[in-house]
Amino acid sequence: MASVHMETNGREQPTTRAAASSPTLAGEEIRGTSTPKQEANRHSVQLRVNGQLHAVDLDPRTTLLDALREHLHLTGSKKGCDQGQCGACTVLVNGRRINSCLTLAVMHEGDAITTVEGLGTPDRMHPMQAAFVDHDGFQCGYCTPGQICSAVAVLDEISAGIPSHVTVDLAAPIALSETEIRERMSGNICRCAAYPNIIEAIRTVAGGRP
Amino acid sequence: MKAFTYERPGSAAEAAAAAVRTPGAKFIAGGTNLLDLMKLQIETPTHLVDVNNIGLDRIEPTDQGGLRIGALVRNTDLAADPRIRRDYGVLSRAIVSGASGQLRNKATTAGNLLQRTRCPYFYDTDMPCNKRAPGSGCAAIGGLNANHAILGASEACIATHPSDMAVAMRALDANVETVAPSGASRSIPIADLHRLPGKTPHVETMLEPGELIAAVTLPKPRGGVQLYRKVRERASYAFATVSVALIAKIEEGRVTVDRLAFGGLAHKPWRVEQAERAVAGSDAAADSIADIVLAGARPAEQNAYKLPLVRRTLSATLEHAREGASR
Ligand SMILES: Cc1cc2nc3c(=O)[nH]c(=O)nc-3n(C[C@H](O)[C@H](O)[C@H](O)COP(=O)(O)OP(=O)(O)OC[C@H]3O[C@@H](n4cnc5c(N)ncnc54)[C@H](O)[C@@H]3O)c2cc1C
Ligand code: SF4
Ligand code: FES
Ligand code: FES
Repeated sequence: MASVHMETNGREQPTTRAAASSPTLAGEEIRGTSTPKQEANRHSVQLRVNGQLHAVDLDPRTTLLDALREHLHLTGSKKGCDQGQCGACTVLVNGRRINSCLTLAVMHEGDAITTVEGLGTPDRMHPMQAAFVDHDGFQCGYCTPGQICSAVAVLDEISAGIPSHVTVDLAAPIALSETEIRERMSGNICRCAAYPNIIEAIRTVAGGRP
Repeated sequence: MKAFTYERPGSAAEAAAAAVRTPGAKFIAGGTNLLDLMKLQIETPTHLVDVNNIGLDRIEPTDQGGLRIGALVRNTDLAADPRIRRDYGVLSRAIVSGASGQLRNKATTAGNLLQRTRCPYFYDTDMPCNKRAPGSGCAAIGGLNANHAILGASEACIATHPSDMAVAMRALDANVETVAPSGASRSIPIADLHRLPGKTPHVETMLEPGELIAAVTLPKPRGGVQLYRKVRERASYAFATVSVALIAKIEEGRVTVDRLAFGGLAHKPWRVEQAERAVAGSDAAADSIADIVLAGARPAEQNAYKLPLVRRTLSATLEHAREGASR
């Protein structure tokens, strides 16, 4: 590599502020994982999941995904990557889809959380669940709860006029096209590559919409 | 994940004060970058100050005819806002080119600006990295550096800044409004927010400890055709290798560059005002602009491909503008 460049690519005048050079705390272990203080570091949280209130006592490190799976035993939401990369953990929070692996349960007190279990049951399936069954929108099924939660939200996002990367005209209403659905579902990875059937399932539900 | 304590203050001033009260504290907004890094123990805050209850989640008009975007406005809501779509299309387009629908629903305006690099060695705690462990060296120099910087890098670090949104904000001359723990507020031009790596790549912004981003303001609309073109390894859900934010005026088939910024090239969004001035008023030719932008470029072993890619991406973006298309 070349020597340290002098340009700042800031405003064209050099900035007046001196460079702070003290290292951050990153890397330093301030506190171990098993000190007594630590054990006491628990939070009582009320989580509203699928219409039911649950009082849970949590270490603040608990992600929403782990709270759902390990504390509330709602194992529909899956952990694929735990890094926001696969979408298997997708749930709806106040009607919007998020990755439950990249948020803390303590941050969701009072929010309305819906998991795949809350969308419908085997006897009374949500139209999106039924469409996934009808169209074989899965093989192993691991990604499916996340796909279904995401798909339900995608149709709402399109109706609400939220643009995507493939939206050509930012001013016009958004078309319910296959291109739009594909782009919007890109945060849900399917290792079995059931994509064509997933798209079909979503299009069927979309087609039944007013 | 290392243990931490947690609090959720009710105002920006309380949050800034809370962040200096406990040594090692950090703000958490959407959490989509911070928690990822905490799981890997790259970030090890001892205390989290959750800013989701401090308001600052609206987009409001300013007296200058622009917009003030609250720090907690979600990326989805910013991209979808009718005023942003109409008057600041480059920002809307940059945002929706990044991450996924789920992530954009959580990600906030401030968190997006302050997200950290995606250099693979920064993520690998077994490898040297001056940004993660100051003084340990840079594994990317002489290592896998296909996605690294070609401009503004140093001998200490050649990482890029991964935000798409920030590139559009740089083209739009945004300002970042902050609140310090003392309660003092200031306004920082986006050009000055992020620092080049120099000898201290772990110091990424000019924010002081505990300084909270309260909002980002946009000047009054510039008009013109506003495009964001992002090149990446797959068509969706990937970081940029090169991206171009362009605001151009179209007159009688001529495309004149008004504002131009690049992503994927440096430790911060890259804009060369000199190139904008050099071509002001003339029909824009990608090569003459790129010659100026790339004049000081120093690629590493594996990323010289970015030099022609900048030219081609710029050329394609200008062509798109010429077609008068809206994207
Ligand atoms: C799989 C994946 C793909 C992605 N792809 C892209 C992409 O293509 N393009 C792109 O641009 N981004 C991409 N991202 C990154 C994403 O945009 C960021 O994670 C997000 O914008 C961060 O916002 P946040 O609110 O969640 O931040 P947080 O994780 O909450 O915070 C990030 C940092 O900002 C600090 N902070 C937060 N709020 C404030 C405040 N108000 N004042 C001061 N400091 C504050 C925090 O302390 C922390 O250091 C991707 C992320 C993932 C996981
Ligand atoms: S390029 Fe920067 S972030 Fe990557 S290893 Fe080198 S010092 Fe670390
Ligand atoms: S488990 Fe959350 S995105 Fe993969
Ligand atoms: S059905 Fe197996 S991962 Fe999608």
